[in-house]
Amino acid sequence: MAIEVGEVVTTAVLAKVGALTLKLRKDPPRGTVEIVPAATTVTVFYDPCRITGFKDFCAELEIFANKAKLAKVKKPRAIIVPVCYGGEFGPELSVVATQAKLTEKAVVVLHTKPVYTVHAVGFMPGFPYLGGLNPKLHTPRLDQPRVIVAAGSVGIGGSQTGIYPFESPGGWNLIGRTPLKLFQAEEVEPSLFSVGDRVMFKAITMEEFEKWK
Amino acid sequence: MEITVIRPGMLTTVQDLGRCGHRALGVSPGGAMDPFALRMANLLVGNDGNTAGLEMTLAGAEFEFGADTLVAVAGADMGGLESRRPHRVKAGERVKFGPAKQGCRTYLAVAGGFQIKSLLGGCGTDLRSKFGGHAGRALLAGDVLEVHDVKRDFTGVWFADQSMFPNYSASPVIRVVVGAEAAEFSGGISRPEFTVSAKSDRMGIRLDGAKFARNGSRQLISSAVNPGTIQVPPDGEPIVLMADAQTIGGYPRIAHVISADLPLLAQLKPGDKVRFTNVKIAAAHQVWRERERNFGLLAQGLHMKFQ
Repeated sequence: MAIEVGEVVTTAVLAKVGALTLKLRKDPPRGTVEIVPAATTVTVFYDPCRITGFKDFCAELEIFANKAKLAKVKKPRAIIVPVCYGGEFGPELSVVATQAKLTEKAVVVLHTKPVYTVHAVGFMPGFPYLGGLNPKLHTPRLDQPRVIVAAGSVGIGGSQTGIYPFESPGGWNLIGRTPLKLFQAEEVEPSLFSVGDRVMFKAITMEEFEKWK
Repeated sequence: MEITVIRPGMLTTVQDLGRCGHRALGVSPGGAMDPFALRMANLLVGNDGNTAGLEMTLAGAEFEFGADTLVAVAGADMGGLESRRPHRVKAGERVKFGPAKQGCRTYLAVAGGFQIKSLLGGCGTDLRSKFGGHAGRALLAGDVLEVHDVKRDFTGVWFADQSMFPNYSASPVIRVVVGAEAAEFSGGISRPEFTVSAKSDRMGIRLDGAKFARNGSRQLISSAVNPGTIQVPPDGEPIVLMADAQTIGGYPRIAHVISADLPLLAQLKPGDKVRFTNVKIAAAHQVWRERERNFGLLAQGLHMKFQ
């Protein structure tokens, strides 16, 4: 069952999504199995054998949704992500620069300037979809997705930027790579990012990248 | 007790009934593509339904057993062992499965279950993210799997009732409930016949045949998807998301396969045909509750057969 919190992604909608998710996790309606926030929605998975009735279940969710609109919001965490831009780590840095009519250096400056917000975590474990990319850097996805994108690759897909936690196929324009580990299945908190977190990129050199590892 | 993989088959992985609670971090539920068959195989050897077993795909594997034990299979027919009942195997015995004669995936359960470390609430192999199961990958020849030691045997000669099983078929009619963006497509999902594409895998079953044209091109904001969600990407060819699907998606959703019918899809091979029929969500709940009640009764009944 999906609860639509807003129609467009705004800071206020993201905050409401966060508040609603917290409230539902604290006191889930009977039969709730799992709660999944995204940029404008909170989806509640349920077990048909444990809910009292589907209508009652939906009505209870509605009450939660209305309450969340008034909720106070926790200050989000801020995470700084070091990135070595360009070269073999960022084969499409030049593509992004060409279509933006900028130098590669200027692209890096624009990419490291904003405070991004994690709109959703998905596609694969720990993959953050970041909102807040400068419109000049919006770049359509590759026509032919790559078969292998290296773990830690930072990419631009349309209006969003994101980071690949694992080696995987992928269609985003790669502009750099971070030495950070984004997802460790054996840790208590396996994912570095969760919805609503603030993220900033910081340019590092190849030497710094190597040292980080 | 140990089981050695002599031949791994085409794609054999450790699976249970899936992970829960970590979708918000992008972790797929994963687990058996045909959860009915894995549960059934487990119950037939006296295990809990969610115990880790093996999922074999299209071409079966060969195993050597290190000690006397009980095993059972369910799902596709790959020869080797008769389904719907447990079998006693002896120390040193080899059990060999061949190509699937009917269906696509066969589940092998062993009394006691495989000793697999639970990660993020499950033992299943996540092939894309390379964790869980046996070393986060499909089994290879020479792999040795540990099984929990249990002394268990059964009495009498019996079979699980065929009427309990889903109506497995190479041309099933699958029940769906309406999707959030169904109205944006002209022509419903329930009319055409589709063919299962060779590009299908544990993430999704791709369907060839009818293409869907969407009215307008409103960009959607990604939100949660689930095994059973039928997405229509811009090329118009629907994809039914399956066990290893991504957790959120931004393609329009034309329909959702009811959970009780996912086993039917899991058993389709490339080239098989499939049709869809619309049901109301209340009917989907009803079918699911019935399935669960039957499993409960079966588990109770089987409890008396083991010692």
